[in-house]
Amino acid sequence: MTASTEVFEEVLVADQAEQDDRFYYASQWSLIWWRFRRHRVAIVSTILLLLLYLLAVLPGFFSPYLPSTRFESYQEAPPVRLHWMDKSPEGGGFIGPHYYGYEKTLNKETFKYEFAPILDNPIKLRLFAPGPEYTIVGDWTSTVHFFGTDVEEPPPFMLFGADRLGRDLLSRTLYGARISLSIGLIGVALSLILGVILGGISGYFGGLVDEVIQRLIDFLISIPQIPLWMALSAALPRDWPVLKTYFAITIILSILGWTGLARVVRGKLLSLREEDYAMAAKAAGTGESRIIFKHLLPGFTSHLIVTVTLAVPTMILAETALSFLGLGIQPPAVSWGTLLQDAQDIVAIAQHPHQLIPAAWVMAAVLLFNNVGDGLRDAADPYSDH
Amino acid sequence: MADVMQTTSGANGAAAGELLQVEGLSKYFPITKGFLRRVIGFTKAVHDVSFTLANGETLGVVGESGCGKTTLGRTILQLYDMTAGSVRINLDEGQLDVGSLTPEERKLFRRRAQMIFQDPFASLNPRMNILETVGEPLLVNGVAKGTELEQRVARIIEQVGLRVEHLRRYPHSFSGGQRQRIGIARALVVNPRLVIADEPVSALDVSIQAQILNLLQELQGEFHLTYMFVSHDMSVIRYICDRIAVMYAGRLVELGPKDELLERPRHPYTALLLAAVPRTAKGSRGKRLVTAGEPPDPANLPTGCVFQERCVHVQDICREEDPPQVSMSDRHFAACHFAKDLNLDGITVAPVTLSA
Amino acid sequence: MSDTGRGDLLLEVRNLQVHFYLFEGVVQAVNDVSFDVHRGRTLGIIGESGSGKSVSAQSVMGIVPSPPAKQLAGEIRLHRATPDGGIETVDLGRLDPRGQEYRDVRGGEIGMIFQEPMTSFSPLHTVGDQIGEAILLHIPDSTPQSARERTVDLLRRVGIPRPDRAVDAYPHELSGGMRQRAMIAMALSCDPALLIADEPTTALDVTIEAQILELIQELQDDLNMAIIYISHDLAVVGGVADEVMVMYLGLVMEHADAETIFDEPLHPYTRALWQSIPKIDGPLEQLVPISGNIPNPFAVHKGCPFYARCTERIQGVCDESPPPVLEPRQGHTVRCFLYADDVDLASNGAAGD
Repeated sequence: MTASTEVFEEVLVADQAEQDDRFYYASQWSLIWWRFRRHRVAIVSTILLLLLYLLAVLPGFFSPYLPSTRFESYQEAPPVRLHWMDKSPEGGGFIGPHYYGYEKTLNKETFKYEFAPILDNPIKLRLFAPGPEYTIVGDWTSTVHFFGTDVEEPPPFMLFGADRLGRDLLSRTLYGARISLSIGLIGVALSLILGVILGGISGYFGGLVDEVIQRLIDFLISIPQIPLWMALSAALPRDWPVLKTYFAITIILSILGWTGLARVVRGKLLSLREEDYAMAAKAAGTGESRIIFKHLLPGFTSHLIVTVTLAVPTMILAETALSFLGLGIQPPAVSWGTLLQDAQDIVAIAQHPHQLIPAAWVMAAVLLFNNVGDGLRDAADPYSDH
Repeated sequence: MADVMQTTSGANGAAAGELLQVEGLSKYFPITKGFLRRVIGFTKAVHDVSFTLANGETLGVVGESGCGKTTLGRTILQLYDMTAGSVRINLDEGQLDVGSLTPEERKLFRRRAQMIFQDPFASLNPRMNILETVGEPLLVNGVAKGTELEQRVARIIEQVGLRVEHLRRYPHSFSGGQRQRIGIARALVVNPRLVIADEPVSALDVSIQAQILNLLQELQGEFHLTYMFVSHDMSVIRYICDRIAVMYAGRLVELGPKDELLERPRHPYTALLLAAVPRTAKGSRGKRLVTAGEPPDPANLPTGCVFQERCVHVQDICREEDPPQVSMSDRHFAACHFAKDLNLDGITVAPVTLSA
Repeated sequence: MSDTGRGDLLLEVRNLQVHFYLFEGVVQAVNDVSFDVHRGRTLGIIGESGSGKSVSAQSVMGIVPSPPAKQLAGEIRLHRATPDGGIETVDLGRLDPRGQEYRDVRGGEIGMIFQEPMTSFSPLHTVGDQIGEAILLHIPDSTPQSARERTVDLLRRVGIPRPDRAVDAYPHELSGGMRQRAMIAMALSCDPALLIADEPTTALDVTIEAQILELIQELQDDLNMAIIYISHDLAVVGGVADEVMVMYLGLVMEHADAETIFDEPLHPYTRALWQSIPKIDGPLEQLVPISGNIPNPFAVHKGCPFYARCTERIQGVCDESPPPVLEPRQGHTVRCFLYADDVDLASNGAAGD
């Protein structure tokens, strides 16, 4: 019998030599990362999403104007084009990034204002140019913008065009991103807390408590969502300050959002409790709390991350929908929903399609989150195929 | 059952050399219905099972799926609360009544009674490396920590035929057989007296099974272990066990020394189970007896003998009265009205003693 | 193609090679597999995990997931009966696995039963509907009425009690043994010439296994079916097979009739397997385990894949080139250097293969 053990050892050495040690010493998170890394779309989406959040964190720096600044004669002006080659009659050739101011004329046949670039006056752009003062955080202000021009009193450079009141849509989109993107994260964080606590109680204690929580979830899910949101947000006093409304909306969204997460947590807890390794830990003498925190919880944190990632875009869409209906964030605060509210009028869209640009941002954010979620889902359980 | 208990375990179980006494052990799982979880019946997974385990022996528990053999093991280890009966274990530190352990006693019991699981993939937490997995019983029972823990884990890892260099590897880097060795190391690291092995080889490839069986035999000698070996595979049971307990529909239907029980079974179910295994010896290869029927639903058992529906020797009395435990000798009994009258066939070739 | 000289030959598999292209690497699931299947006879395939026994059978069935799998080489020739009584030969490997012609073969000429019947039945439809649908698809001129009658017949034939009621049962309402019977009924619904059984009794208890195996053999006698029976359990294969093929890591190691392979095995792997499994009868002997582990599926072997675990290996030979397939006795092939007259010659021959 000892002889057989010796041969066994020898073979193990041979085995080991040819195998990649790094893989064998890899923890769960390394394995997840290696699998996630192979998912190109998800990686690109993650990078883009991080950039998007960077824009949302520093809207003042990245936007050329303040969201409330109005350019009186530029109401509903179309996007200003960025040029590299000089278009002026006598000029020509490369002169770096620049743009041309608009000349506004009234078309006598359609009675609409038309905007044409004034080609003989190129206005050069540069990075980190001075502009209107904005607040970074608290009392910390700055006048440096990501791009701008040194020309005195230039015509406005509105990449996304202007809204009905002549405000720069790019600046408004970036400031709107701050609310829309953060409401997704904060809302999901609140849902997560509620979901983990209630789902955990439900899955862990079982019995009557479980039954009651499950029926509560059923009840909440059975309520038509939009009317409930509308009822709840209609109950918010109109005179509340922006910040208060913002948090109230977040809470309203998470009141309904936690149910899905609670179900995930409960289901996972129930199935993991039956896993042999949980039973083995119990047989080894491991206490209940250690079983939960050391054995069960790590088993589904990765799944939880996936669920959360996929829940964020739902929150973003919900906020957009509420604000679109005029029940969410109230002007003068800006969110993507309020921007789209401006684009409600079908005639306005037909004549000024640039008003829909914020919608493209909503779609981009939602798609990016879904891509990342897909990649995470594929990577989340590195032990699925043994 | 009383007469059997007295002959096999003595008056109150203090007989020398006995490690475990199980008396009238039952485990019922409630069947609930509706919002208020009203109990409408019970699945009698284990019903009125009594036996004893002697120090250093291997008892095989065999039966078909759903017969309650796994539940029996888990109930003895207090992974499930028992419904009725008692389990007592005699340790050097004194006798423990497993049904009513104080927190202190529970810690001791967890160290002295351990389990090996069937599925080497499911029974190891994929997120913990070998050191954490095997070290956990030491840590949570306050036996060792830090360097001492690592040394003890390293020692046991070598004893089960793995390499110390792999201590910080995760389970996904090991094959099924190696993982089962890790599971064995986890069970043995706290120096248990009783090890319940629940189908420890049935999930392994055939070429690996013998490695693990021989390892378990080796370790039994080294660590002075007493095994309760649960399996559905009669051939494996025959190889590794000293005594065999046959379960059917939650009942212990026959218990006896291996050779006696295999060659001359006393319960018709034992005979049926033996006859159904395909023979491997030349001349009778592949031969097996085919009988109709399936085990009854443990939530809905018939009155009388649980085996009546499949038994070819069934009489009227079997449908009316629970069969008594009939003793053949002081170590062999069968739960059958006709245990003494029937002449049942066992396996054909007399086994010879092991030459280790 | 004429049927002269073929006799009762039904299926010829020649030099089949199927690899799986996965992220982690290439798994050479089936490397060089050849075998014949005759009408009315049973070919047993024994192998452990990673041996390629299931992939070989799935290739015949055309159900290997592709991608990631790819059939690199080999022919799968089915000699099937034509309506006018002749025999035509089809190379299944060249058919589109998703095409109509292959679908006619699957469930028509070839039926398959799996280890877990629950996965081959949809939980949403009754057993009868699912078997009936197979009949409607494959048997011309059948009506829903006649299909149902035939289904009840089939269920009765596979030994399901009260078949007229079981026909309306959902799969989960049947016990494991009964589900396996229902799956056999489905595989038999179109009188297949070949039944592939992939570990059909592994999930079942031994008494139920005995019932199912007996049923399969009765049906074979009645219908003159050919059977490919795949299992890891040597004793079970010994009971059902006429000839046995032993596979290891995608290669056929040894192939002979059942008596020979159990009584006079030649390959060290086969012999070691026999010594390592516990037996129910005969003298009780100490088991001799096969050392080591089944190699990593991504590993590429220059020589014999069993080299690392073999007790009779010849260093410098077995690990240098792939072992040749030899036929030391009529009808008994073995892939091993031990039976080569001249080791160098054999290795050269194998290298040129």
